Amino acid sequence: MKYLTNVTSLGFFPDACTGCERCVEVCPHAVFVMSGKKAALSDKDRCMECGACARNCAFGAIAVNAGVGCAAAIINGMVTGGKPSCGCGDTAGECC
Amino acid sequence: MLKSEAKKMSSPCCAKNAATAPLAAAVSSDWTLREYLDHFRCRISGLRMRYAVKPGLYTAGNPDKNSDVFVSANYKMSFDILRRSLKGMNVWILVLDTKGINVWCAAGKGTFGTDELIKRIGASQLENVVSHKRIIAPQLGAPGIAAHIVQQKTGFRVYYGPVDARDIRRYVEAGYQTTEEMRRVKFTVWDRLVLTPMEMIPAIKIYAIYAALIFFIMGLKPSGIIFKDGLANGLPFIFLGFLAVLTGALVTPLLLPFVPFRSFAVKGWIAGLVFTFLGIQNISIAAPAAVFSFLFFPLASSYIALQFTGSTVFTGMSGVKKELRFALPIYMSGAFISFVLLVFFKLKEWGIL
Repeated sequence: MKYLTNVTSLGFFPDACTGCERCVEVCPHAVFVMSGKKAALSDKDRCMECGACARNCAFGAIAVNAGVGCAAAIINGMVTGGKPSCGCGDTAGECC
Repeated sequence: MLKSEAKKMSSPCCAKNAATAPLAAAVSSDWTLREYLDHFRCRISGLRMRYAVKPGLYTAGNPDKNSDVFVSANYKMSFDILRRSLKGMNVWILVLDTKGINVWCAAGKGTFGTDELIKRIGASQLENVVSHKRIIAPQLGAPGIAAHIVQQKTGFRVYYGPVDARDIRRYVEAGYQTTEEMRRVKFTVWDRLVLTPMEMIPAIKIYAIYAALIFFIMGLKPSGIIFKDGLANGLPFIFLGFLAVLTGALVTPLLLPFVPFRSFAVKGWIAGLVFTFLGIQNISIAAPAAVFSFLFFPLASSYIALQFTGSTVFTGMSGVKKELRFALPIYMSGAFISFVLLVFFKLKEWGIL
């Protein structure tokens, strides 16, 4: 299953890539593949912006505006004016 | 888990490796009937918000200095699924304090995170417990953990295991290698089904208010509230409303890949339109009420279906924001027009217009 196309904030900068393969290891949607000695994007539209790749890239070759793809959390963020959050794990409350 | 073991868990014990390492409680790989029951309750109730284990180091089997270390969250269901997957193995389990939240959600929040992992490695004196430098974290914990920083600060190299704990044995047997399949997160009809109660329950709560309101409005006369009219005129709307909840919270999630378009708002609206149409075939309803129904109910199921984005494994924040940008104004104007229509019908019914 795929979500909306051309919306992801994922950015990849091959010049900084050292080919450590961490991004390929952590992505749950196989957005990254190895192409020769460097990583490459296979299908950007499968990205769900979880941020695992960017967090685990020690070389700053990946940037993504990571966050929850959850309507309730985003509406919550709009109402409170803060970051999208479903509220669980911070304070006692129902979680998505 | 045996009762005595459960007891050990709640009060940290120190039987194993007491000379070299602190506080590792032993756990079984089996689930009790009670745990099966609790897991079911977590799927349908608020129990999941307080279903937690104490963070710290645990043992499954009889691990020694060469045994693997698996990292988990302190949501008890996450922990239980992991320990069951480790049946027959001798390993250490390092449980992070994720405030009782599952691995993936906690990783997104950062509680299943770099700092917490570094802290737990230190607190459990892991360097004295094992003689190697590898820890195995679930792949879905990666959004919260910067493996290179953990290695810099502790010396332990983080290996990301498979997405699904059930693949752990195969992963270990293959020499800590995952297949492409093990790396991908799946979203089967079963995965979606177990999530639907938590879509249904909040929707039903709002539905109850809606049903009461409809009953009140339909029974409202210049002379007072007529119970009979409220029931007779309200029932079709109460029925169609229930259908909208069912369509948005159950049917759309279950049939997700088969409902056309990628937008959840559109999916929910289409499914809602179909079910409103089917529903109307089975009740007698006046033309103006049908206009109201085709406006209001598909939008209601669209809104409810959009909430399911929070449960899926493939919707990103930018996409959901884009959906909300076009859907929220439509929901609000739809709700406003529906209300105006309702007032208009009532005034007409009373002979004022």
